[in-house]
Amino acid sequence: MSSLETFRAETRAWLKENVPASMREPVRSDTDINWGGRRADYAKNPDQKWYMDAMAERGWTVPDWPTEYGGGGLSPAETKILREEMRRIKARNPLNSFGISMLGPALLKYGTEAQKLKHLPKIARGEIRWCQGYSEPNAGSDLAGLATSAEDRGDHFLVNGQKVWTSYADKADWIFCLVRTDRTSKQGGISFLLFDMESEGVSTRPILLISGYSPFCETFFDNVKVPKENLVGELNKGWDVAKYLLGHEREMISGMGLQSSGGNPLVDGAIAMVGLDESGRLADPLLRAQIALFEVRAKAFSAMSERFIDELKAGKAHPAQPSMMKYYGTELNKTRHELMMAAGGSDALEWDSMQSNGGAAARAWLRTKGNSIEGGTSEIQLNIIAKRILELPSQ
Amino acid sequence: MPLYLNDEQTMLADTARDFVAQHAPVKHLRSLRDTSDPTGFSRDLWKQFAEMGFTGILIPEGDGGLGLGHIEAGVVLEEIGRNLSPSPFLATSVAAVAALNHSAQRDRWFFGIVSGETVAAIAVDEKAKHGTGIAMRAERSGNGFRLTGTKQFVAHGHVADLILVAARTAGSAEDEQGITLFAVPKDAANLSADPRRLADSSLAAHLTFDGVEVDADAVIGEVDQGSLPLKALLAAGRTGASAEMLGVGGGAADMTVAYLKERKQFGAHIGSFQALQHRAAHVYAEMEVARAAVLKAQQLLDAGSDEAETAVSVAKATTALATTLSVQEGVQMHGGIGMTDEYDIGFYMKRARVLAELFGDANYHADQLARAAGY
Ligand SMILES: Cc1cc2nc3c(=O)[nH]c(=O)nc-3n(C[C@H](O)[C@H](O)[C@H](O)COP(=O)(O)OP(=O)(O)OC[C@H]3O[C@@H](n4cnc5c(N)ncnc54)[C@H](O)[C@@H]3O)c2cc1C
Repeated sequence: MSSLETFRAETRAWLKENVPASMREPVRSDTDINWGGRRADYAKNPDQKWYMDAMAERGWTVPDWPTEYGGGGLSPAETKILREEMRRIKARNPLNSFGISMLGPALLKYGTEAQKLKHLPKIARGEIRWCQGYSEPNAGSDLAGLATSAEDRGDHFLVNGQKVWTSYADKADWIFCLVRTDRTSKQGGISFLLFDMESEGVSTRPILLISGYSPFCETFFDNVKVPKENLVGELNKGWDVAKYLLGHEREMISGMGLQSSGGNPLVDGAIAMVGLDESGRLADPLLRAQIALFEVRAKAFSAMSERFIDELKAGKAHPAQPSMMKYYGTELNKTRHELMMAAGGSDALEWDSMQSNGGAAARAWLRTKGNSIEGGTSEIQLNIIAKRILELPSQ
Repeated sequence: MPLYLNDEQTMLADTARDFVAQHAPVKHLRSLRDTSDPTGFSRDLWKQFAEMGFTGILIPEGDGGLGLGHIEAGVVLEEIGRNLSPSPFLATSVAAVAALNHSAQRDRWFFGIVSGETVAAIAVDEKAKHGTGIAMRAERSGNGFRLTGTKQFVAHGHVADLILVAARTAGSAEDEQGITLFAVPKDAANLSADPRRLADSSLAAHLTFDGVEVDADAVIGEVDQGSLPLKALLAAGRTGASAEMLGVGGGAADMTVAYLKERKQFGAHIGSFQALQHRAAHVYAEMEVARAAVLKAQQLLDAGSDEAETAVSVAKATTALATTLSVQEGVQMHGGIGMTDEYDIGFYMKRARVLAELFGDANYHADQLARAAGY
């Protein structure tokens, strides 16, 4: 047996033994997702914590990070095998977090050794939950127009300003934040800071979404003192860190629709709702055709995700390729949820009944509308593809 | 296996790109069309394909070929697509070889295919839409069979040396079982070919088998068990057609982007207009996804995986949709000049439509996927 085959066999055996049954159930709502953090509540399902700890012990919450930072030290091929084996038994992600998918990669590239040792292992073990302080009321798509300021006060920065759309700011422990440290240059005057959300002067106010949830906040900074050691990368060079992190954010968002473990909710739901005719086809031929054409695209996109990750690991991907993935993946995910609503009929519209699991389908449908806005809108991704990949001229 | 071309495959792609662009650029198609060439492709070019080793790309080394896989065949097909080169490569070296491989028939035909002497044609469709069953009959007669029926959409069917034909030896038209695949030589009596020029200037024949007698050893594989080699043939043909479409769609997209950078209106390059940038970027995204789907299908086919059939349908449907988008947007973004015969973009639109239809269109393959998934 090759070493990869051995690795697969061992991984399969370990997962079989260690992934709790409740962690192989499909994710039905946001509360089924483990985000970790100081305030995580594992009372409803202690398996969540047990599974996260067991995986973290092997470094498998972040399998491809180096072992000294809490990772599994796996090669790209081994990481792929681990993911395949998890998918095979429909295992959920042990831990989801902005730390894993966004800040971690940025720290690995731009952080000092001290910053890596301080923050990465805590991310890997799900101890600290992070939020992203990028957007501001007047700086959305034009992110570099941000105004939140950080003044140099000798041993610390003094931060003042306001962020908006900060997802889970009220549940997060720490924030990675873009601040202005020089007003004379737009992109060249931004710095990248980390700080504790419990610092004096930080406050948050939740914003209610169309899905009825309020995972986002307005976040206010009033004379917040941030130690100098929390600056990532060089002063005024935070835009590089920010862009690198955005690439990872886009990659993560593009794959969101693919993660849903367990069966095919769209097809299963449609069969349950409209039934099959005598020849074994969905009884609504137009819905069947729409679903089938959608499934073709979803399967092709899943191949694209695999290709993208493989190319990325091999250093063969165009740096702007995450924009293409984000654009395609989010538009596709919105289509999936439109079809789920169409298949579900009035049942899927119920907003808070027991039967509808608290309106899970409708809320999830509404939430997906944000996929093509968060992390940079579809229009911005198309601009990036046109300019950076196709190299089309500017006006 | 990672989902990108390895170093050897990339080298082959470079070789194929140079070779096809040099010997069979769009000009070549144009001149065949302008002279109403009765063959529809160049036999000389086919010989050159043989000299490059391309003709035997899927034929095992023991049989004189290169012993490579569908990924490598696809690399050549993509360049054929990009240059719109009329060629019997897909039917002969990909679809026919996949059916003949491992059969007793290969001794008889592989040598000619490798040497560029033999051109094959694939006769499976009986109606204007693929996949509506096989009604053509093959009845036992003497120590062989008598074939009676018609086939259509047979590329190079009027000049092929070898025709692979699916006929029924048992059951009725819509049954999957009871099919036998035959290798019919071109000089068979009572076989007539009526070549029709298609929109893309290629020639595809309607074939009439009016009691064509073949020996028992014309049977590929086993009698009544033709669905096996036929499946191999179709999987290879569909994957190959998908790879060729990647070339057509990618070539059209490249032409369009180049035009956006060069054409000026309102004192600016039209490529600086965001409305066009977004459409070009959308085409790019669709073509990239299609490329991944094709590579996935090729890899699974080469690995002999159970999941190959689904992946092949995904590849064929996705490339049909993406390439159709690319050529349509290509013509639109070229403006009036895109509608002229003199300009090449229209040729891409025509070839895309033919390949999209070949071996089942996007709807056919979406339907296959739905059936396989049980809905
Ligand atoms: C679910 C969700 C979660 C989010 N989470 C976070 C978070 O955790 N942290 C954070 O910092 N931010 C977060 N955001 C904010 C998000 O990044 C911004 O909403 C996004 O970048 C768009 O900015 P905006 O809302 O100001 O829209 P605007 O920039 O005002 O855009 C309005 C419209 O104009 C279009 N537009 C703007 N500029 C152009 C252009 N140049 N060309 C073409 N069209 C253009 C946009 O595409 C859009 O359609 C989140 C957003 C959502 C929806």
